[in-house]
Amino acid sequence: MMLASALQFDSSFFWHELLSPSGSFLGGLWRTVYISVLAQFFAVIIGLGVALARRSSHRTLRGIGGFYVWVLRGTPLLVQLVIVYDGLAATGIYTFRDVSVFGVLVLASVQAAIVTLALNESAYMSEIIRAGLAAVDVGQHEAALSVGLTPTQVMRYVVVPQAMRFVIPPLGNDFNAMMKNTSILSVIGVPEMFLITQEISSSTFHTFEIFVVAALYYLVLTTIWSIVQSWIELKIDRSWGITRSRQSLWAGLRARIKNPRSLGLVRS
Amino acid sequence: MIGDGAPPDSSGPSVDDAELILRTVDVRKSFGGQEVLKGVSLEVARGEVVVLIGPSGSGKTTFLRCINCFERPDSGTVLVNGHYIGSKVNRQGRKVDASTREIAHQRAEIGFVFQHFNLFPNRTALENVMLGPVKAQGMGKEKARSLAIEQLEKVGLGTKVDTYPAQLSGGQKQRVAIARSLAMNPALMLFDEPTSALDPEVIGEVLTVIRDLASEGMTMIIVSHEIGFAREVADRVVMFDDGQIVEAGTPRDVFDNPVQPRTKSFLSKVL
Repeated sequence: MMLASALQFDSSFFWHELLSPSGSFLGGLWRTVYISVLAQFFAVIIGLGVALARRSSHRTLRGIGGFYVWVLRGTPLLVQLVIVYDGLAATGIYTFRDVSVFGVLVLASVQAAIVTLALNESAYMSEIIRAGLAAVDVGQHEAALSVGLTPTQVMRYVVVPQAMRFVIPPLGNDFNAMMKNTSILSVIGVPEMFLITQEISSSTFHTFEIFVVAALYYLVLTTIWSIVQSWIELKIDRSWGITRSRQSLWAGLRARIKNPRSLGLVRS
Repeated sequence: MIGDGAPPDSSGPSVDDAELILRTVDVRKSFGGQEVLKGVSLEVARGEVVVLIGPSGSGKTTFLRCINCFERPDSGTVLVNGHYIGSKVNRQGRKVDASTREIAHQRAEIGFVFQHFNLFPNRTALENVMLGPVKAQGMGKEKARSLAIEQLEKVGLGTKVDTYPAQLSGGQKQRVAIARSLAMNPALMLFDEPTSALDPEVIGEVLTVIRDLASEGMTMIIVSHEIGFAREVADRVVMFDDGQIVEAGTPRDVFDNPVQPRTKSFLSKVL
């Protein structure tokens, strides 16, 4: 009996949900995408600021940067999420409310999600950017100084653009992880792909089918991102005058797939 | 800029120094308790070519780096074209440290050519040369572009304008680096072993460019191990040893009739 029920895979339900997903599922998918993209965008900006603070000659600034990374990297995302969304509201410090941005309703939980993911990710980004900045040869600083650039201009026009080349691969890895981590946003009730999937599961009892559908959609997202990442890396290489012996984007992607580590499938 | 308001000339160089492009007085520098420069004073006149020689670790490169304040001297004075480098005169007429912004401004009139070129790899030859004029001097893009093309043609790279450093030979890279410095219209050019990282067959093309600059009257200080070149191009050869200038004179004096035993022993090794 048990075996028989385990083998009941409703393939018509599966294909239907996969090929023509419901509007609410697509809504969840869309939220997963834009929450990740916005959080990553803010994380890069905040992370750059924190990285520069940690490289500053100012001791207090270095200390603040170090403390920020220590706290945000040292506590679980899930805990941060609950503190930001429920904790702040419970103590009356700040309560997120639904707002309308350019006529689009943004849920309170979605705002809290973007803020928390951005803050959490910015700690990791700052370390990635710090490593990227350190990887730029000191001779580049001096060459820029020698033509009269101020230290701020040296950073802006010479060091940061070059650090990008070292930052993109680990940034891509982190963004890949973040898109998947949006699934934990369900605990504060963000109607993203995972929560919607759970709802469909509990109303249809097709748990296995619908979660395989969700897994495939997550896989589509991370695959699209790895194509975008390859494209960015190729663009940067070209802007350095580096041509990879006529290797096309697809050839580059094939090489990445052959090396599972580059897709983030294997954790080193 | 604060430094521009009160010209340092009042308390700095006297009228007699009008033709002096560089004057350093008792420049000292230590790294971690080790004194690398033990009071170096040197004057270089407009249009003069000075070649610094000496064993490695003798302080030649550190001295060069103190002139444009890559290293801030622990004490002593550096004046280029009548302006303090790394310091300024405050309202009370006292000499104080300049801010990093002010130093950036002071540095603009000093060209620096590195042993390892240090071209910006993500910029074409043209963009490498344009960066300083556009960002440091606020020059318009079009004007900077024609200036950069002119400088690249001058070093014989008019056809490599849109080429990235990765596609240039070492000699070509160094020539772009020289053009990059020249575009700032410097009063003084500093060369830190400009041919040491080059393959023997391309050294000549870089030396030719430096030779041309010398004949045009550019004031230059060159750290070099190319004794033959120094003999030909230098007005004065300065021998460093152990953080001090031990001997200076015309190439003929220093190379053919060295007085100091340390110069003799150094030359016997490199000649």
